[in-house]
Amino acid sequence: MSLETPLHKVRGMGSAHSGVSHFWRQRVTAAALIPLSIWFGVSLLGLVGAHEAATLTFLSQPINAILTAAFVIILLYHMALGLQVVIDDYIHNDGQKLVLMLLMRGLTIAAGATSIFALLRIAGPL
Amino acid sequence: MADTPHPASRTRPLSPHWTIYRWPVTMVTSIVHRATGLALAAGTILLCWWLVAVANGPEAFNQFMGLLTTPLGEVVMFGFVWSLAYHLLNGIRHLAWDIGFGFAVPTANKSGIVVIAASLVVAVGAFALAYTGRGGYYQ
Repeated sequence: MSLETPLHKVRGMGSAHSGVSHFWRQRVTAAALIPLSIWFGVSLLGLVGAHEAATLTFLSQPINAILTAAFVIILLYHMALGLQVVIDDYIHNDGQKLVLMLLMRGLTIAAGATSIFALLRIAGPL
Repeated sequence: MADTPHPASRTRPLSPHWTIYRWPVTMVTSIVHRATGLALAAGTILLCWWLVAVANGPEAFNQFMGLLTTPLGEVVMFGFVWSLAYHLLNGIRHLAWDIGFGFAVPTANKSGIVVIAASLVVAVGAFALAYTGRGGYYQ
């Protein structure tokens, strides 16, 4: 039996101070990626051998542009959550960990910004 | 007494000691889940590059596709497709565990085998469809 009060247990949200939010975000993004990655895989198969014009036409259709944007954003979020766990598991030096975390998140945001900019250019003037 | 080394000072194998233990299915699927996750993170650069290439016009697109259709490019693409299939299927297995299904050891071993086999079927199947001209329906 613990003598801790429920309030004391929840205060500070555990050693990482974030409670179960990382766990939940990883699961919710994973669930969202199930239909999105199936859609993306089927789309890629449909674009095998396609020339630039056909690929452009596909990606500039609103539904495909929106689904691709959603896929890329959720994928990058899920990726950052996963890479965070890998860094936490294998890097035990606080300084190196901080540098790697910032680098990983910076690159994730750069990839997201670049992909969305590319998608906007593909969709053309609205 | 003074000559006896303290038990904690002896080097003991730490668990999971992958060079000594037999590899259970669940250990293999767990390691491969992380490995395919890392591979997919690298593959995301390809996805980003592809979108930029499409946005940059036919020349950039053809250059990118030229790289992707070299033998090395095709091996990388197969690795990407298989990693996606595996991580997706094993991810569903993880989500099932999270809501309380299939966590018994015999069930987890069986579902592990199913995931490995199904991921290979999906990846090989996708490439078979592509090579026999059954892909490319968006042209």
